[in-house]
Amino acid sequence: MSLMELQRTMARAVMQPLTPTERMQRKAPGGGKMSAYASRFIKPNDRLTSFERLEIYNRQYWFRVLSSMIEDFPGLRAVLGERHFEEMSKAYLCENPSRSFTLRNLGSRLEAWLRKHPKWAAAKQKLALDIVRLEWADIEAFDGKAEEALRPEDLSAGAGPNLRLKLQPYIQLLDLHYPVDDLLLEVRKEDEDTDFASNAFQERRKHKRVQAVAKLKPAEIYLVVHRVDYSVYFRRVDREEYLILSALRQGKPLGKAIEIAFGKSSIAPREQASSVQGWFQNWAALGWFCRAEKKGKNH
Amino acid sequence: MPANRFNGFTDYGIGIGLRAPHYDHILTRKPVVDWFEIISENFMIDGGRPLHILDQILEQYKLVQHGVSMYFGSAEKSNRDHLRRLKELVKRTKTPWLSDHLCWGSVDGRYTHDLLPMPYTFEAARITAQKVREVQDFLEIPVAVENVSSYAEYHVSEMTEWEFLNEVVERADCGILLDVNNIYVSSQNHSFDALTYVNSVPAERVAQIHIAGHSKYRKYILDTHDHPVIDPVWKLYERAVQRVGHTATLLEWDDSIPSFQEVHDEALKANRFLKSTVLAKAV
Repeated sequence: MSLMELQRTMARAVMQPLTPTERMQRKAPGGGKMSAYASRFIKPNDRLTSFERLEIYNRQYWFRVLSSMIEDFPGLRAVLGERHFEEMSKAYLCENPSRSFTLRNLGSRLEAWLRKHPKWAAAKQKLALDIVRLEWADIEAFDGKAEEALRPEDLSAGAGPNLRLKLQPYIQLLDLHYPVDDLLLEVRKEDEDTDFASNAFQERRKHKRVQAVAKLKPAEIYLVVHRVDYSVYFRRVDREEYLILSALRQGKPLGKAIEIAFGKSSIAPREQASSVQGWFQNWAALGWFCRAEKKGKNH
Repeated sequence: MPANRFNGFTDYGIGIGLRAPHYDHILTRKPVVDWFEIISENFMIDGGRPLHILDQILEQYKLVQHGVSMYFGSAEKSNRDHLRRLKELVKRTKTPWLSDHLCWGSVDGRYTHDLLPMPYTFEAARITAQKVREVQDFLEIPVAVENVSSYAEYHVSEMTEWEFLNEVVERADCGILLDVNNIYVSSQNHSFDALTYVNSVPAERVAQIHIAGHSKYRKYILDTHDHPVIDPVWKLYERAVQRVGHTATLLEWDDSIPSFQEVHDEALKANRFLKSTVLAKAV
């Protein structure tokens, strides 16, 4: 058996889902008995069969990737319920095994996958997608790149309809159907409070969570996931703010971005200029803009 | 002996792994520590708090990079994005040497995020050594490979684990990160003599030593890095430093992490053995 053949054979077994009792399946990948499959390449010893030795790695794999999912998506876990979240995670990971050297990217395809498989969230699909988008945005904002921020005076000096502004790469913009920012903060707070809590306390927490999710009413919100002093924050913004920031991120000039934002706005025309001025002051103070790369002569 | 070409001719003492629960303690109390080891992958990112913390640590401490997903033994080609990011980090930390494991963990672009054991074959040694050389050439710093704990052996193996380690490091002309806890764990799981392993390693290639704790189950031992170092592992460490001399030593503690002081005190127990090597040399 060549090195590549051996590694493919072992990886197929290691990445095969565990049984409901968290043991290795008796059936091998592609059919047949797993005990025979394991014996083909793994030696038994005086204490463990080939099956049992392979099982150690199979269990470690699933414990590791499922822990990573729980750590990264506590909000989605609250929405789906613990058991259903685990089943969903297994299904997701079977179709989307890690393709990155870091577990940080394990959930990078979860939003797209959930859209393709609406059965997992069923009636809660919109809510589930919202919370996944927020949790992934949080990961991206946490360790995304920051460039030198433009100061408020840099902005006012160059202001004009043709000005192109670049948003900090770490900033994430979200349009959501539910106030999932509140839900996620609540879930995290409970997780912190109950790190060392008793089983009874954990059960009460679970019950509280189910209620919190059930009570969550749809509400269109716009969020900027950003950083201050290296901590990630969720900042709610007006629809118009979201539209301006999104247009700027797409590379549109300032004048066009403002035009898009106020196309169907409920903000009275006479208040629009002062709103824009106030928003830009806030955004600049938060360091959300950085210098746009100079475009070449041909552009 | 300790300062050699495999650890960039440095003479580091006893270090501990840099872990998030200790950040505040380190940055506010500034304890005296010879050096820290970081998990490279935790800092191969574009920005944010981890790199900010890293820069502050770098202002005051010596630091060495240790990786967990280079997978020198994977039959597939190295991941270019991984290498590019690793090199950026190497420039940032100025690590005098870099280590990763003698294992595999990915195949056909899919990652298990585990340190899977190698088949001890000449084909595997050739492929692994070639990859170590490529990484070493690309990063332009010395690379040391670490022996892993294992729970399985393969029918196809043609040699012992230590013969395989020697075969790889000779072919790659690289260093060794000798993990004496891993030797102990594997010796118990596979019923070989741990001292034979320690005695068989080319001493002149040892760049660094790892010590750690583990968890004992009914039929096997698991390398969990969540306990103090046990006496049989200290005995292996003693033998290792007798052979290789006063070598950069690091305690790994990755789960159920106690206070900074407790971890550091456990690491400093290595001084008992390191000092005796200095005395032995002086006599």
